Amino acid sequence: MPLDVLVVDDSAAIRKILQRVLVQTELPLGTILEAGDGLEAIERLKANNIGLVLSDINMPNMDGIELLSQMRQNPQWKSIPVVMITTEGSQQKVLEAVDLGASGYVRKPFTADQIKEKLSGIV
Amino acid sequence: MTREEMDLLVDRVVRSAIENVCGTMLGCPVEIGETTQIGYPLQESDGVVALIGMAGPWVGMGALTCKPDLACRLAGAFLLTEYETVNEEVLDAVAELANMVIGNLKVTIEEEVGEMGLSTPTTIFGASFCTKIGGSQEWTLIPVKVCDGDLLIQVCIVPNERSRSLQRVEMAGHMVTRI
Repeated sequence: MPLDVLVVDDSAAIRKILQRVLVQTELPLGTILEAGDGLEAIERLKANNIGLVLSDINMPNMDGIELLSQMRQNPQWKSIPVVMITTEGSQQKVLEAVDLGASGYVRKPFTADQIKEKLSGIV
Repeated sequence: MTREEMDLLVDRVVRSAIENVCGTMLGCPVEIGETTQIGYPLQESDGVVALIGMAGPWVGMGALTCKPDLACRLAGAFLLTEYETVNEEVLDAVAELANMVIGNLKVTIEEEVGEMGLSTPTTIFGASFCTKIGGSQEWTLIPVKVCDGDLLIQVCIVPNERSRSLQRVEMAGHMVTRI
């Protein structure tokens, strides 16, 4: 069964690029939904049956680390794979995301192949 | 780390980052010009400026500046769409390019001086305006030719004890701001 995907980034440009890249991957993905920050992402998670999340870290209102933390504390969402896609490549942020259970990490700028490779091990 | 060492690091990392970003996300070659330093912070502009702040043990700002037609071409290459005028998507694309270049710089600086924070980008578009950063810090200017246009990358970063004067950003003229 195809997984519905939630793309979370405050940049509409990045959301648009990721939508295109996800379609190109030819992975078994369903509907691709978008959110501009962690708070919007929580609303999308409540209203939809999301199977995979791709999230930026540095966002207004609620950042990607807090979103990941809240997902891992919620029994309904704690097993959903979350891939962080961000310029925040610092060791501390990576370790924080890994500690919280991030499934992977891709640093911007990225290629379509990097995204596909990362998701192939998850989907 | 000294100011001179930081200036060298900024120059090296920004050059590498803009090449990487343009090659990966825009699919176009870049020609990077000679780096210069300016001691005055007043910049006159008539196009698009994307500003991103950095704060931590060192504090400062990075900016990408270009004319509207180049902003449209950059966004077009980024999003595989044609743009004839600057709109929300064009401003967002330029902001994201700035985020990737300055974000990569911030990550490298962190490895040298400790944890740094990065603001979300602010994009300004207008016909005639000035941006002024308080104080008299030197800015590193790196000119880049990309997509048949001139892009200017500007970075100012100083040790945190001198950060107060960087907090005040004065802008005058007609502008549209998106945060």
